[in-house]
This record gives sequence, C-alpha cells and structure tokens, in this order.
Amino acid sequence: MPWSKVGPKGAIPHLSILDASGEVDEELVPDLSEDQLLQGLRTMLLGRRFDERRLKLQRSGRIGTFAPVNGQEAAQLGAISAIRPQDWFIPSYRETVAGIWRGIDLADVLIADAGYNEGVSIPQDAHDLPNAVPVGTQMLQAAGIAYGARRQGKDEIAMTFFGDGATSQGDFHEAMNFASVFDCPVVFICQNNQYAISVPRSRQTRSETLAQKALAYGIDGVQVDGNDVFATFVAAQKAVASARDNSRPSLIECVTYRLEMHTTADDPGRYRDDEEVEEWREKDPIERFRNYLRKRDLLDDGGFQEMEEEVSATIDAAWKKAEKRIEELGAVAPLFDHVMSDMPAELERQKRRMQAGGSPGVPSDA
Amino acid sequence: MPELTMIEAINLALKQEMAADERVYVLGEDVGVDGGIFRATQGLIEEFGEDRVMDTPLAESGILGFSIGMAINGLRPVPEMQFSGFAYLGFHQIESHASRMRWRSQGRFGIPMTVRMPYGGGVRALEHHSESREAFYAHMPGVKMVVPSGPRNARSLLVAAIRDPDPVVFFEPKASYRAFREEVPEDEEVAEIGPAQIVQEGQDLTIVSWGAMSRRAREAASQLAEKDVSVELIDLTSLSPLDYPAIAKSVSRTGRCVVVQEAPLTYGPAAEIAARVGEEAFLHLKAPVARVAGPDVHMPYFAREQAYLPDAGRIVQAAEYVRQF
Ligand SMILES: Cc1ncc(C[n+]2csc(CCOP(=O)(O)OP(=O)(O)O)c2C)c(N)n1
Repeated sequence: MPWSKVGPKGAIPHLSILDASGEVDEELVPDLSEDQLLQGLRTMLLGRRFDERRLKLQRSGRIGTFAPVNGQEAAQLGAISAIRPQDWFIPSYRETVAGIWRGIDLADVLIADAGYNEGVSIPQDAHDLPNAVPVGTQMLQAAGIAYGARRQGKDEIAMTFFGDGATSQGDFHEAMNFASVFDCPVVFICQNNQYAISVPRSRQTRSETLAQKALAYGIDGVQVDGNDVFATFVAAQKAVASARDNSRPSLIECVTYRLEMHTTADDPGRYRDDEEVEEWREKDPIERFRNYLRKRDLLDDGGFQEMEEEVSATIDAAWKKAEKRIEELGAVAPLFDHVMSDMPAELERQKRRMQAGGSPGVPSDA
Repeated sequence: MPELTMIEAINLALKQEMAADERVYVLGEDVGVDGGIFRATQGLIEEFGEDRVMDTPLAESGILGFSIGMAINGLRPVPEMQFSGFAYLGFHQIESHASRMRWRSQGRFGIPMTVRMPYGGGVRALEHHSESREAFYAHMPGVKMVVPSGPRNARSLLVAAIRDPDPVVFFEPKASYRAFREEVPEDEEVAEIGPAQIVQEGQDLTIVSWGAMSRRAREAASQLAEKDVSVELIDLTSLSPLDYPAIAKSVSRTGRCVVVQEAPLTYGPAAEIAARVGEEAFLHLKAPVARVAGPDVHMPYFAREQAYLPDAGRIVQAAEYVRQF
C-alpha cells in the first residue's frame, strides 16, 4: 500500500515505497542509476559519520554546540536531490545531509562550529542560504525568493527545510499563505522528527497530520515516510515539478525521528525513553537503503566497508584542513567585517579604538 | 543560609511564588518535563502539575499573547523566552499590548506578567543566543526592565517582579547562571524594583553597570584599588525605572563616571545614563562620562565573543581616561 490516505476524511496522501527490510514497491520506485543510488547512500553515510565525529570534537571542546542530523538522512536527501543547483536551498540548522548534497565544504562547517564566522563561505554562484537559527522564520523568505524567481523569469524554485516545532510559529502559516496568494514556486519540507527539543509533536498541534495544514492555505500537502529515501524523493519530485511548471507551492511532511540529542547541550533521557528510540532505530533510513542495495546486488559488505573508509578519510581530511584554518583565524578578530557594505566613519572610529586596545566609545588617545 | 547559583535562586523564587500564590503560572518552550533548557524551572511540573507549568507549542508570539490574556483575567503568568534573541517573534505583544493595556483601558486592565529571558554573551553559544538588547525594553513606556546581577538579587527581584501589577521584562545574565554562588535566604526576601544597589562606596570615580557586566566592573574596581583609585560601584538592577538620583548623587561626589554596558554602544542605556548625569550633576563633573560598551556590530560567533565583550581591562582604561581628562 504505497499510496494511502491519512488526515481528516483521508484528505492527505501518504507515500511509502521502501520498507524497513529493504523491500520496495516496484511500480513506484524511482528510476535511478547505480551511480546515483550509491552516491545517495554515500551522502547519507557521510552526513551521519560527520555528525558522529562532530560530537566527539564537541565533547573534547574543539567545537561548540551543533544539531545532529542522525536519523533524518533520508528525509533530507530525498528532498534536496529533487532540486537542481540553480534552485534555492533555504535550511534551518540541522540540514547536514542536504548541505553535503549541495556541495558544502565540511571543513567550513567545522570552522563555523568552532565559532568562526569565516566558516560560512558561500560560493558566489551558489543559491544556498546560511543557517537560520530562529525556528520557523526562514520559510517566508523562501516564498519571497521563489516570487523573485518567478517575477524575473528565472528558472529557479525554492526549497526550505524546518521541523515539526516550527509549524507552530505564525511565520510558518504566513509563509504558506503568501506562497499560495502569490503563486510562488516553493516547496516546504517539514521534517517531523517527533520532537522540538523536549516537546513532543502531540504538544505542538492536535492536528492528525502536519501536512493537512497546507489545505487551509489552498496548497498541496502530502505526508511521506521520511525514513524512506525513495518516498521522499518521489514526493519531492512531484512537488518540484508542480512548483516549476505551475508555480504551485506545496508542503511535504516527512515523518521521521531524531535519533540523537536535539543539540549537544540536550539530554534526551529527560523526556523520552530508550525503548522509543530503539523502535525507531529499527526503521533506520540508512540501514533500510543499504538493505535494498544489498538485495539488488549493488553493494556487498565489502563495498560498504570501502565506502565507510572513504567517508572516514574525507572527514579526517576536512578536520585537518579546518584545524589549520582555525589556527590562522585564532589570531584575528574581524568584528567589523560585513556589517555594512561600506563601513561608516563611526564604525571606522570604533574599530580603531578597539584595535588600540580600548573601548569603541572611549577616545583612545587618552 | 544556603549558597545558591543564580539558576538555583531563580528556581527557588519560582517555586516559592507558585506555592504561595495559585495565580502564578509558568509557561514556555521546554519549561515543563525538561525543566527548562537552563533548568530554571526544574521540578516545577512535578510539584504544580502541567496545568500551571505549561510546555507550550513553539511560538513566542503565542506564549506572550496568551500570557497577556491570562494576566487580564486574573492570573500571574511568568512566561519564559528561551533566549532573548528569540523574543522578537513575540515582541509586538509586549510593545503593542502588554505595555499599553493599562493606559489604553484607562486603568481598567493591568498586565501583571513577568517575562523571563536569558540574555548576553560568554557561554560559547550559537548565533542569536548571546545578544544584549535591554534598550528595546527599557525604551518602552509601561514596562519595567529588571536585570539582576547575582543569585541573591535575582531571587528577590524575581519575586518582586511576579508580584508587580505591571509587566516586567526580566533579563537574566546567562553567563552568571552558574558562574558563582551567593548566600540566599530560604525565607522570603523581596526586593524593591527601581532602587540601585551601591555595591561598594568610593571617592574617586563612579562605575555604573548591570547584569553580567557588574562582575566585570567589580574586577575592574579591585584592579583600580591596587592603583589607589577608590571606586564607587553602582549596580542598577533595574533599567526602567532608572534610579538616576542614586547615580547623580554618587557622581556629584566623585565627579567622574564610567558606565559599562554589554550592548552595542549607540543608543544603549549607557547613553541615557550619561545624559542624566549631564543634566543632574553637570557642575560636579570633572570629565565627560565614559561609556564602555560593545561596538556597533553583531555579536560575533563565539570564538570572538570575548573580543566583543567589555572586560576589566577596558573598564580600567576608561577609568584612566576620565581620571586624566
Ligand atoms: C524562535 C525560536 N525560538 C526558540 C528557539 C530555541 N530552539 C531551538 S531549536 C528548538 C526546537 C525546534 O524544534 P523543531 O522545529 O521541531 O526542529 P528540530 O530542532 O527538531 O529539527 C527550539 C525551541 C529558537 N532557535 N528559535
């Protein structure tokens, strides 16, 4: 039963293609090359291993707090791989896997994690926004970006990511409403990972699904098994086509689970039990995809081991590069860079005073 | 008397006020089961139940607008903003309604609400988790703006805020949450909102500060003491109302004043204080008032936050400037 109906009066389509054992619905499984499939698995694996490494680096004080992606790899990859490079990626703060797919430099991620603004280094031709930390606030911008594309005849759409908690913010509702009223080619990807820090999804809304909220704004809403990379991809492709061809926005709710802590500052033991986590581990998106590839003889255990090693080496190299750069950056504190396009005289003066070891407001020729 | 951290002292105040007054409610993101991400509300849900200790949906406008309604209809809500940097989604509820309801309704409806929010830098956090924007609230008519500096006054001021008939924005210096302990009496202690605390008397120079900067001002004062400079230290604890008579009185005696604020320089509370000193103590001034503040930039990512934050060295330098003027 790959397509089913959920929500009030079955108004919301639900899609699942790949089950936990690695079996698929043959009719719905997307037609992807062996290369694409392996590239997909590698991206998910790299995301997970990268965050495991970051956790160690955080625990040893090398980097600051961050939000692990663990468990949400399929939701992110399935969605992001449905857009093209010229389309826009508007993340929240947990989109490691989507970022990797877009080509972010892992060393840059680590440099930002270590507390240096220079880690945010977006290539001139990239249509990727930096992280938005205030929950639920970036979706309106995504709608505006999409409108900008449509008005200027640019062949671009926008895709934005957020969590279940974010759907409680007024901005989320405003975003869908604006997107609908102004026919914006935008896709809203909600990663319903069941928690907003300690607060369960049931406490955010009494709605049966999050996807159904789309209907109130006259846009399409669909729910997918977010640990199923194929279902997410197929639903995203459909939404992307509808955005591109008809300027029609949609909302995709990916039902998934955050297997790790909210951020490194969080202790999930305070609000959920291990049993629940174990149940979701059974539905692990990476294991599931790997089972599928194994059954298709596309990746044996040896091949997977090689992939693990390559991923590990990639992370080693990224940290090595980051460490070197962090050392260089430690010597400077460019507080005044990029605050304005042109530095006003007053800022120049404050900068001079601070460089002389003083305060921005106190004459330094004292 | 037990020695408590500031977070424990805040927890004590909430617990005692909830026990003493059934109209007191706590609400916000993660304040219930999780006990608040800083543990300020730890143990409250167990003691008072989820109807009074409310894990809310993730919506700052919701939390504040809902609290205003509760306050209008007989309750005393103590909403928590997880960080002051996220309060902007609900800012309009404070500016457009909480601050004005008494005035708009010609005295019919007051808003006895205390909005707690951690503010300020120094904890190696992500973007939006480290700013000091007390000026936004101190600038608003109709709202009290309280900033404790240590465990003891955090407790006594929070109790006062909860009992206050008007809306209070309660800025908690998160860098001080666990930085040090102070004796905090177990029995009720209520401060008065408004009067500044004279932390240390002195003759040569007045240093005015609040919140986390009060610690750095103290550090500077002891460095200055080693150079035989006698500093009078004023910890405001409230920016609105502002105890300018206390400041003017002190500066009239010392003739020199340094104001320390963590916020960016321009249009910050230090500017208001400097103006007041100019008005009230002009003829006693031997030097211009110096403001030690952050630069007019965004708080950098955490590796550089100490480069941004005013420290004892910068305060001493400003003190030298006003002394040698
Ligand atoms: C406006 C705002 N309020 C509060 C926070 C603190 N905070 C950070 S993440 C988070 C929970 C977000 O949950 P959800 O939207 O489900 O996304 P998830 O983190 O689970 O991916 C909260 C409350 C914030 N970053 N921004």
